[in-house]
Amino acid sequence: MRLLGFAASVAATLTLLSTSSAFAVTQISWWHAMTGANAEVVDKISKDFNASQSEYQVVPVFKGTYPETLNAGIAAFRAGQAPDIIQVFDVGTGVMMAAEGAIMPVADVLTGAGMAFDKSQYLPGIVAYYSKPDGTMLSFPYNSSSPILYYNKDIFQKAGLDVNNPPKTWNEVWEDAKKIKASGAAACGYTTTWLTWIHLEAFAAWNDVSYGTNQNGLAGTDVELKFNAPIFVNHFQAIADLAKDGTFKYGGRTSEAKQVFLAGECGILTESSGGLGDIVKSGMNYGIGQLPYDSDAKGAPQNTTPGGASLWVFANKSEEEYKGVAAFFSYLSKTEVQEYLHQKSGYLPVTLAAYEATKKSGFYDKNPGRETPILQMMGKAPTENSKGVRLINLPQVRDIENEELEKMLAGQQTAQQALDNAVTRGNAAIQEAIGN
Amino acid sequence: MFPNKILPYLLVAPQLAITLAFFYWPAGQALYQSMLRQDPFGLKSKFVWFANFRKVLADPAYLNSLKVTVVFSLSTAIVAMGVALLLAVMAEKVVRGRGLYRTLLIWPYAVAPAIAGMLWLFLFNPSIGSLAYLLRSLGIAWDPLLNGTQAMILLVSAAAWKQISYNFLFFVAGLQAVPKTLIEAAAIDGAGETKRFWTIVFPLLAPTTFFLLVVNTVYALFDTFGIVHAVTGGGPGKSTETLVYKVYNDGFVNLILGDSAAQSVILMVIVIALTAIQFRYVERRVHYG
Repeated sequence: MRLLGFAASVAATLTLLSTSSAFAVTQISWWHAMTGANAEVVDKISKDFNASQSEYQVVPVFKGTYPETLNAGIAAFRAGQAPDIIQVFDVGTGVMMAAEGAIMPVADVLTGAGMAFDKSQYLPGIVAYYSKPDGTMLSFPYNSSSPILYYNKDIFQKAGLDVNNPPKTWNEVWEDAKKIKASGAAACGYTTTWLTWIHLEAFAAWNDVSYGTNQNGLAGTDVELKFNAPIFVNHFQAIADLAKDGTFKYGGRTSEAKQVFLAGECGILTESSGGLGDIVKSGMNYGIGQLPYDSDAKGAPQNTTPGGASLWVFANKSEEEYKGVAAFFSYLSKTEVQEYLHQKSGYLPVTLAAYEATKKSGFYDKNPGRETPILQMMGKAPTENSKGVRLINLPQVRDIENEELEKMLAGQQTAQQALDNAVTRGNAAIQEAIGN
Repeated sequence: MFPNKILPYLLVAPQLAITLAFFYWPAGQALYQSMLRQDPFGLKSKFVWFANFRKVLADPAYLNSLKVTVVFSLSTAIVAMGVALLLAVMAEKVVRGRGLYRTLLIWPYAVAPAIAGMLWLFLFNPSIGSLAYLLRSLGIAWDPLLNGTQAMILLVSAAAWKQISYNFLFFVAGLQAVPKTLIEAAAIDGAGETKRFWTIVFPLLAPTTFFLLVVNTVYALFDTFGIVHAVTGGGPGKSTETLVYKVYNDGFVNLILGDSAAQSVILMVIVIALTAIQFRYVERRVHYG
């Protein structure tokens, strides 16, 4: 990772040196957190944009993991050395939004450069999440993903389950998981990455129940957490019960559980749609299903919310730089660029046109399941509960949730206690954070 | 002829400049930060005097991490030094291939902390670790992802393993400085091997042991961030969140800069106190042979 970052910065410096002398081009720096195949996409898009015109030059720089990139951006801003564009993960959205003097809304960047900005071109669920309550789009959605269900068809076969019929509700997941374990088809039935994102934030949206007041924080920063309601408690108690005999296996706080699934240890996994690449690469006989919903919830399934990251523009830059950023963003919105991004990286396209074009090209017929996250997100018009979760200190609240849930999974407390504690501690942390 | 009053100061100046730039300035900054309440971007800040300290010291999570740190540092220092001493004494007895043994035992020191952490993580990963598999087949429910005690054991093993080579090196050197004549004289007087070790060798090793105690404590307190970050990330729950890790987590992950700075200042005070105690009281009792 370090080495990659070093290589990236060397490459960036070299490009800088080799071209800046020839033309009076405006440099647009872009700090990002993409690795592997996704980093290649970043480089290719930048290169193509630079080749497409001669006034601006986008220079992508790899800055480490998502939190590292955000911290680098914050430190740079404090030192007066902020880049033009920075990629910030979903969880950092609240942090950026609260920093009004530090950022320049993307909508203003585009209209300021004399470009028409038509919000209706973009996928509504994604744009809503990255907009202010009054509808101003603050950041540019670059890579969006959604949690979906993966299952191992070989294990399903061995356990005597229908390989073409993945579980649709959580109760069905629990039943299938028990069968997988009992039949000996695999050591564990079900595992999941990102317990907090998938089972609290996405769970709330998908089942149309409240995660917190003020539209889960989208309408204002003063949020009171609500995820200790009975529907959450029942859900987590079911997981805690399954964890006792190993039917459910905990992998870790982020995406570690993917390895458990890839190793064939568990039959069912819930993970980001962005994790598809690794599963395809492993050569496993896998299937994809929608994210399961709770059969007790009225109106479920509702819609899922976007994870992933968006591009933010820093404040106090020159007009020339803003024009360059605007040109780059409109290039990014082009149908063929979005199509490339979507098909290569597994992230969602952000414009409707790119989605339609991909559909027409027959990509989804060849790759069934790749459409699932888009359908999930677009299924229904978002409600107050399903536009996403935005907290000024979401990283901290997720930590608190993880700590309490880990104690629950270790058998030290019940689901009710875990969620009650998480809500109490989370509320205190939110009050502390907005009290500044 | 020379301006004698100024020259000494001039000669000391580079050293002073370095100390000022790399110690006093950042330390002053930390102290100033610790009295501010600030948003991450530094757009708004408020001077709050000691409110951050009061908050940190009243926080049960902080007291927990203090406890975790004491347990972790003591266990790491004791395990690392105990095992190293045993290995050094044993290696001393080897007649043939002594050099080879020593070289092999020193190797792990060349491994970077984060890499050491990853190695141990892989060996003991509940899903894919080969040693975890072994433990499970022995009937031990090994799951450091959820079991705090096991996570701590894993962390101490990784941290101590990394330090054993270093300690080994010093103990070997220390053992060679013990006069053979004393040991032989004791042997002639009929003292057994254990008796000889505890009454002659061990007391004569005291300066080495003391030095290593300081080094190991400092290592366990401050140099193990990479291992904690790679192996447990402070979890499960908060059961392996050391003070240093908490400074990082609050400051760089949760972006609460005031709290984080207050914690670093407390850490600084702890270091100063520890060093003072060790050199004032412990060192006096050490017998330099």
